[in-house]
Amino acid sequence: MTRAPSWHALIQWIVPISLIAAWQLLCSIGYLSDRVLPAPSDVVAAAWGLLRSGELVRNIWVSFWRAIVGLAIGGSIGFVLGLANGLSRRSELVLDSTLQMVRNIPHLALIPLVILWFGIDETAKIFLVALGVFFPVYINTQHGIRSVDAHLVEMGRTYGMTRAALFWRVYFPGALPSIFVGLRYALGIMWLTLIVAETIAASSGIGYMAMQAREFLRVDVVVLSILIYALLGKLADSAARVLERRCLGWHPAFQKGPA
Amino acid sequence: MTAHALPRIEDAAARVPHREPVPAPRGLAITARSLEKSFGVHPVLRRIDLHVPAGQFVAIVGRSGCGKSTLLRLLLGLDPPSAGRFWFGDRAEATPGPGAVRIMFQEPRLLPWAQVLANVEVGLGDGGRAAEARQRALATLRSVGLDHRRDDWPAVLSGGQQQRVALARALVSRPQVLAFDEPLGALDALTRISMQRLLEQVWLDQGFTAIMVTHDVAEAVTLADRVLMIEDGEIALDVAIDLPRPRERGSSEVAELEGRILRELIKNAAPGDDA
Repeated sequence: MTRAPSWHALIQWIVPISLIAAWQLLCSIGYLSDRVLPAPSDVVAAAWGLLRSGELVRNIWVSFWRAIVGLAIGGSIGFVLGLANGLSRRSELVLDSTLQMVRNIPHLALIPLVILWFGIDETAKIFLVALGVFFPVYINTQHGIRSVDAHLVEMGRTYGMTRAALFWRVYFPGALPSIFVGLRYALGIMWLTLIVAETIAASSGIGYMAMQAREFLRVDVVVLSILIYALLGKLADSAARVLERRCLGWHPAFQKGPA
Repeated sequence: MTAHALPRIEDAAARVPHREPVPAPRGLAITARSLEKSFGVHPVLRRIDLHVPAGQFVAIVGRSGCGKSTLLRLLLGLDPPSAGRFWFGDRAEATPGPGAVRIMFQEPRLLPWAQVLANVEVGLGDGGRAAEARQRALATLRSVGLDHRRDDWPAVLSGGQQQRVALARALVSRPQVLAFDEPLGALDALTRISMQRLLEQVWLDQGFTAIMVTHDVAEAVTLADRVLMIEDGEIALDVAIDLPRPRERGSSEVAELEGRILRELIKNAAPGDDA
């Protein structure tokens, strides 16, 4: 993977910018009714209005908070169980088939049950996000530990590494590329879950903002909410990529050309 | 070349064969008594009796599957023996200290996520953090000529360089016994020769007991004091190599000994057997 020259960075913006320009044009000449799709300028105006009233920041913050807390809870449980079942055959024997069965239930199918249990407050959304992110983190952590080169483990043993040293110097770094794959999957599921949960049962957040706007036929705010979700998803993925690049500097896939 | 080589042979024949002066051996003797190993009902090693004096360089040759790598794995404690016992040093009760017995594998087995110097520090065990340990790792890395690559990732090194880092990792704890499991098997011919010189040099400098498994008889004859041939799980041949060092590849003494061992090796081989 070589470093792209700077004009590559510009090229990738040509298509999205032309699409937005075409969209603006079609709305301005009246080809697209603003009942169907408001012009980009209207969406920007809606964003400005909501920003000034403080509503936008508050709703983004609420959604962001739910996403992070859900990810932290579900991700750490998945990570710990993935490590345990990757390292210990006994632990895998006891837990893995149960977890695989639960995995086959689409977590969004639990929404009615979750509403009955927790109502529509924070716990419901955090529970759903945690459940959604749990499985990709769990499966990829377990797989990462399992696929650590047995030769390296044997080397570590013959060179007298303690169990802790073997974990921190061989197993964990060896599993890290796979753990990152799990994390990036989890981020996708995290936003998806949150969108559905906030749209169905919430009294705040971006999904709630979109549903309120629908009631009042504010198509511009609906479009804005969708764009914000896209932006947050992209930001989370980029953050994960930066972290990945930083932690996996040794990995041939992340090296900037031959040294 | 022939004109140069001829007087050397006469010269060597006129003298009593001897080895280059070696510092007082730091190596540990290796003794095995009735060592056996079987996997299931299939015996791999039967009744191996062996004594390797301290500081000797022993090469073990044999066809694939003859049990030569298994013997090495037993001696390193990677696999438990099915019967019999072995020990390092003069007394059977003594156990070698940490880092006294080291192995170099066929693959470098460097940690891809640790830089070169950190990989060498792995050889120091848990004491690998202190500044003094770092100095020692750096000095060892210098002795294999790779101190300028200390901060590189293993992935950007060539195969031969990776194996040199692996050698530094094996040497950094100043081992008394160093085992080699076909460490040069995956290298190209030229890199192999320069690695052989390096191995001989560190062995002469440090005086450890070296035990090397190889399928290359020429390599065994070039490097070792003694060549053992294992066949069907038993020591079938035990030859002392009394040639002066450094030995020249392709010199007539080396070629003659190599031919003798090779003839033994293929004597009982059915056509189509693994060589």
